[in-house]
Amino acid sequence: MKLKHLLSMAAIAGLMATSAAMAADVRIAMVPKSLGNAFFEAARDGGNEAAKEIGGVELIFNAPAVVTAEGQIEVINALIAQRVDAIAISSNDPDALVPVAKKAMKRGIKVLSFDSAIAPEGRMLHMHPATAAGAAKAQLEMAVDAIGPEGEIAILSETPQSTNQNEWIEEMKKLLPSDEFSKLKLVDVAYGMGQSDKSYRETIALLRRYPDLKVIIAPSTVAISAAAKAVEDQDMVGKVYVTGLGLPSELAGYVHTGSIKSFAIWNPIDLGYSATYLAYDLIQKEEVQAGDELEAGRMGSFKLDDKLETSLPQPFVYDASNVDKYSKIF
Amino acid sequence: MTMTVSSNNRPSLDAPSTISAGSMLKSREIVLIGLLILVFVGGDLSSPWFLDIYNLLDSTAIFSEIAMMALSTALVIICRDIDISMASVMALSSLMMGLASQSLGLGALPLCLVGLLTGAACGFFNGFLVTRLKMPAIVVTIGTMSLFRGVAAGVLGNEKIAHYPDAFAAIGQSYFMDMVPYSFITFVLLSIVFIIVIHYTTIGRSIFALGNNPEGALFSGIRTDRLRFILFTLNGLMAGLAAVFLTSRLGSTRPDIANGLEMEVITIVVLGGVSLNGGKGTISGVFIAALVIGFLRLAITLNNVPGNILIVFTGTLLVVSVALPIIGQKYLPRLSKKKSE
Repeated sequence: MKLKHLLSMAAIAGLMATSAAMAADVRIAMVPKSLGNAFFEAARDGGNEAAKEIGGVELIFNAPAVVTAEGQIEVINALIAQRVDAIAISSNDPDALVPVAKKAMKRGIKVLSFDSAIAPEGRMLHMHPATAAGAAKAQLEMAVDAIGPEGEIAILSETPQSTNQNEWIEEMKKLLPSDEFSKLKLVDVAYGMGQSDKSYRETIALLRRYPDLKVIIAPSTVAISAAAKAVEDQDMVGKVYVTGLGLPSELAGYVHTGSIKSFAIWNPIDLGYSATYLAYDLIQKEEVQAGDELEAGRMGSFKLDDKLETSLPQPFVYDASNVDKYSKIF
Repeated sequence: MTMTVSSNNRPSLDAPSTISAGSMLKSREIVLIGLLILVFVGGDLSSPWFLDIYNLLDSTAIFSEIAMMALSTALVIICRDIDISMASVMALSSLMMGLASQSLGLGALPLCLVGLLTGAACGFFNGFLVTRLKMPAIVVTIGTMSLFRGVAAGVLGNEKIAHYPDAFAAIGQSYFMDMVPYSFITFVLLSIVFIIVIHYTTIGRSIFALGNNPEGALFSGIRTDRLRFILFTLNGLMAGLAAVFLTSRLGSTRPDIANGLEMEVITIVVLGGVSLNGGKGTISGVFIAALVIGFLRLAITLNNVPGNILIVFTGTLLVVSVALPIIGQKYLPRLSKKKSE
């Protein structure tokens, strides 16, 4: 009996602590890939900024603890049950989320994907963080910047299903034969599964397997810091450079020690800000079609292409000269 | 897994007249119903969306797959065995369905059969190793957990399969009368069948006899190894069934599909009052435990509680549910003695 009481108290306390009854006119939910990722926390801050600017908007931010489609489905189901007005999703699997996203849209909830796309039938629009070609080119340029035009490179990605990363890798492979990058030799693509420890181990495996490796390109915020850490721990600073996409606050240290020369990222604050604005636009407009221009506050407006997709401007490159300034922001 | 015959665990078919068994189990179900009420009260107080019949029924699709595996896993555990390979069996079943759909273009019904047969075959393999080669169940299923998952991941590589016929997708994505997910109906019907078979037939009595006293059961004419073999195969079959529903619900097969679900299955079984020492437990307890965990998860996600706090809740529930019978056994006899004085 005592235990029963203990249990009941724990359950009630847990539920009470989290019950936040807020009444706003419009409720927009943001579902990132997983929690505890500084990139998406910055996106949430941008979303909150947009919500405050628009006024009368409540931003709900929730995601599963691990990077799985099943976890996101559970979260989205709960959001449908709460009858939110719009859901902006960075998907863990473009196909597995389609059924639940369709269910949401059938019930009048506006669904858009940002950062990592849902398949077209499962969303009303998608916002790329940058054009895939732009992101791929920036990463290869940073590799050349670190080692010159010649040498072995490897890619350390997130998961084999990560929509974004796969697109960038495809674009990089397309760019490699061009004159500018033809002497870079891509030896392997490894996957850190979005986890630090796995990314770290995969990096060490790459270093062992390819003694002539010069650059590791990590197009993932988790993978890039794990790779830089591994390069430092293996005493390979100066021999192997890490580059890719990451957050200034997490990478400033590695830039100063030299394992990373430069890296790029679009501004996640702008990304979350724009996604929230686009969600609000969808709620106001009911329907969107190719060619529509959607308002996004200080970001100007976004034009939808014929696939109902749009994109943030080019990623921004950070190096020793500016990383400290931005690391205070995100 | 010692074979000692304690006076408390006689191979008798009725519940012993001393405290434990009968009254303990009943009190466990009362505790569970209390917990369920608590979840409902807490859910209602914390979210205006919880006590909504559509939302409640909708959420059953999330836990019904896990819950149906808990039914057969409960039987395996009652017989003093364990099976932790179910999630990997699901991955392999899902893979076979995906390959059959992709390369043979099979329809919905044959795809389900492929899934069920793959599951049953995996369970048969487990059962063979445990009962014919006399290997400990924990060792076997730790091994096959990696083996089945490894085969699935090896074949899929870094790819995934997302081509399933519409009729197959309908199994896990459509609702009976626009309200009740078919997986939940399946779970409820299976629970009823399991309750009848386990608590009202000779097969059920054989299972409890085996769990309470394997030697005694053997000497009283029960073909114990055959029974365990059947239960492992049944558990594989149920994992295959769960894979049918999950694959259909997701419409996609990835190497990490169903990853980690075995622990959620065992959480339900243990919370339901099934003793890991075997011989004790009820299907009705497992049924209510599945509802407790399922609706607790709904209440928590409806409050937009971050996913990493969600696992704290289920983890706590598991530890408490294991501690509960131990503390009960330690203190309940003293209490009942005091009362009788």
